[in-house]
Amino acid sequence: MSSTVLAPPRHYLNDGFGVKSWLLTRDHKRIALLYLATITFFFFIGGAFAVMIRLDLATPAGDLVSDDTYNKLFTMHGIVMVFFFLIPSIPATLGNFFVPLMIGAKDLAFPKLNLASWYIYVLGGLFTLYALVSGGVDTGWTFYVPFSTVASTTKVVPAALGIFITGFSSILTGLNFIVTIHRMRAPGMTWFRMPLFLWSMYATSLIFVLGTPVIAITLLLIAAERLFHFGFFDPALGGDPVLMQHLFWFYSHPAVYIMVLPAMGVVSEIVAAFCRKPVFGYSFVAFASLAIAVLGFLVWGHHMFVAGESVYAAMIFSILSFMVAIPSAVKVFNWTATMYKGSIAWDTPMLYAIGFIGLFTIGGLTGLFVASIGIDVHVTDTYFVVAHFHYIMVGGAIMGYMGGLHYWWPKISGRLYNEFLAKIAAGIIFLGFNLTFFPQFVLGYLGMPRRYHAYPPEFQVLNVLSSAGASILGVGYLIPLAYLLWSLRYGKLATANPWGAVGLEWTTTSPPPTENFAETPIVTWDAYDYRAPVEGNVA
Amino acid sequence: MPDASIAVNHPASLAHQFDDPAQQRDAATLGMWVFLVTEILFFGGLFLTYLVYRNAYPQAFAAGSHEMLVWAGTVNTCVLITSSLTMALAVHAAQTGNRALLLRLLVVTMLLGCAFLGIKAFEYYTEYIEHHVPGAGFEFDPRYFAQAQLFFSLYFVMTGLHALHMIIGLGIMSVMLWLSYRGVITPEYHNPIEVSGLYWHFVDIVWIFLYPLLYLIGRHVQ
Repeated sequence: MSSTVLAPPRHYLNDGFGVKSWLLTRDHKRIALLYLATITFFFFIGGAFAVMIRLDLATPAGDLVSDDTYNKLFTMHGIVMVFFFLIPSIPATLGNFFVPLMIGAKDLAFPKLNLASWYIYVLGGLFTLYALVSGGVDTGWTFYVPFSTVASTTKVVPAALGIFITGFSSILTGLNFIVTIHRMRAPGMTWFRMPLFLWSMYATSLIFVLGTPVIAITLLLIAAERLFHFGFFDPALGGDPVLMQHLFWFYSHPAVYIMVLPAMGVVSEIVAAFCRKPVFGYSFVAFASLAIAVLGFLVWGHHMFVAGESVYAAMIFSILSFMVAIPSAVKVFNWTATMYKGSIAWDTPMLYAIGFIGLFTIGGLTGLFVASIGIDVHVTDTYFVVAHFHYIMVGGAIMGYMGGLHYWWPKISGRLYNEFLAKIAAGIIFLGFNLTFFPQFVLGYLGMPRRYHAYPPEFQVLNVLSSAGASILGVGYLIPLAYLLWSLRYGKLATANPWGAVGLEWTTTSPPPTENFAETPIVTWDAYDYRAPVEGNVA
Repeated sequence: MPDASIAVNHPASLAHQFDDPAQQRDAATLGMWVFLVTEILFFGGLFLTYLVYRNAYPQAFAAGSHEMLVWAGTVNTCVLITSSLTMALAVHAAQTGNRALLLRLLVVTMLLGCAFLGIKAFEYYTEYIEHHVPGAGFEFDPRYFAQAQLFFSLYFVMTGLHALHMIIGLGIMSVMLWLSYRGVITPEYHNPIEVSGLYWHFVDIVWIFLYPLLYLIGRHVQ
């Protein structure tokens, strides 16, 4: 196969036309695109809420919306972004598309279940959209009791049910990936020959399967308390509101790793491909993914340092939270070591990967600040926390997602995007992101609380900087939407392997045929085998 | 659809993404085990809540336990264990290709499942008559009035979710009955019966934990 091979006459995109061929498809690649369209929709909905929040905070009095509306805005921004964009983002799109391709399989183990998971996601999304348009929710995305069970008069139950339902789509995706990675690998594709993206997908799937049911039951108990006046967390009956926080964070802390582990997997792929080197310390990076998944389940208590947790529990949770820094740092150091003396190509995916490494490092290090009990007492519920988790979720997860989307776009669409515009957009996103969220570290440290609609005038300069950054960031996200859509029709046709990368997904055509490979590949090489001459290498 | 391009020696019961029946069977079994792990965590949240409140309010929970119909719970335990036996025998019948026996065992399993739900419904009715449903109409010994509601809230949610799983299980068994009747299930392709059996046993085992926790522990401590 040479680099000049273009798309075959029949591939997964033209194998059947019309609405039915998409809505009833069992092809993991088409399901990935269904997910891509829906999560993009939710991303811009969540983004619209963020725009309104930042506009409102441009003035100390919060002149744009009322207090109640403001509460709903940040709640719905959180719910939509966390549950309907970030959690499914990389796994359900890039993971769905590339897990079978990267292990040399024809499809995921359970294609019908895969399609069902998308429908479940859409159903959950409809419940949540109903909650949004019929009045909204004002509890914060955390649904803390007793506010969510007794006090709030907003649409708590539809929103909670939406998240409950969507959780099952996460579970099914995780289940599918675990079984696929265990049972569907091509001959010769041993565990330690798998690309690191698959290790991170595997670790993420473990969290999907082990964590999601716990938030499901938590939301169910909240709904039962609200609907039937069952008292699980009602202090009047002897119930314990902090128990609800324990159950909530048992899922919702690991959920942070659901968001960032896949991005780490993407960065491993990109760094290797654009430095033309195997990832330094492959097995350490692989096990670091599993270590993050396991440790992630043992640190939830650090969200409750000021919620009446015993000081001994707090100390243990603090120490365990610090331990998460070890596998995270292993990854950052190993990517850096991979880049050292590599032949670095500064294409768009690599720009995002480097952006990820820098922003994730800032987000991770400030995570150590808030994991220290003393500092956490000072910065709890301030903008410092907001800035910290946006550095992980936006600076980390979304940078990784954008990097992966660009890296694999030629494979997904069979077209090349406009590299010049893409580089400019990557730069705009990086600048806009930092201008939005870095001032929030300062604001939080100075004591501005999160979730407040109005603030003292001395915080205005930093808030205006943040709002200005948000507008730049918003433009940064619209540009890729435009040129990626444009490329679908007008982009140059992609070769099978436009980056000259190794990996099974680059050995098949762009876009791949429905059955992925003409014949089942037999793997005789390790992941990132960049020392050998690459088939189809255009470099 | 891709099926057209698949090699001719692909049996009809083998899905296109698999290479051979063994891979398909392994994948289905592993998939069900992973799903059951999810279910354990799902019920785990309830068991944790139960544990915390039982430790906090042992007397109220003992008083709540005392109100349970222990005979009904015991009969239901026997019914479920027997249904697990018939389910296991059904899997064996599927493996050995004894279609008539398989059909009969599936029917018996489903009848036992229905019997369980019937007894459960009778218990719910009794609790309703005795004003043990938490909320405005709740009546109980005033010493434990508040905390006994926690017990009954947990009772209804735990057994209710378990009953929901039973109902889903009966739905799955209906499909299995239909597949077996149509002759789709053969010794070469019996994994649907096997993984459905795993699910059925799991629902049974959840009850094995619920029964002592709700009916037995501390019921004589007054």
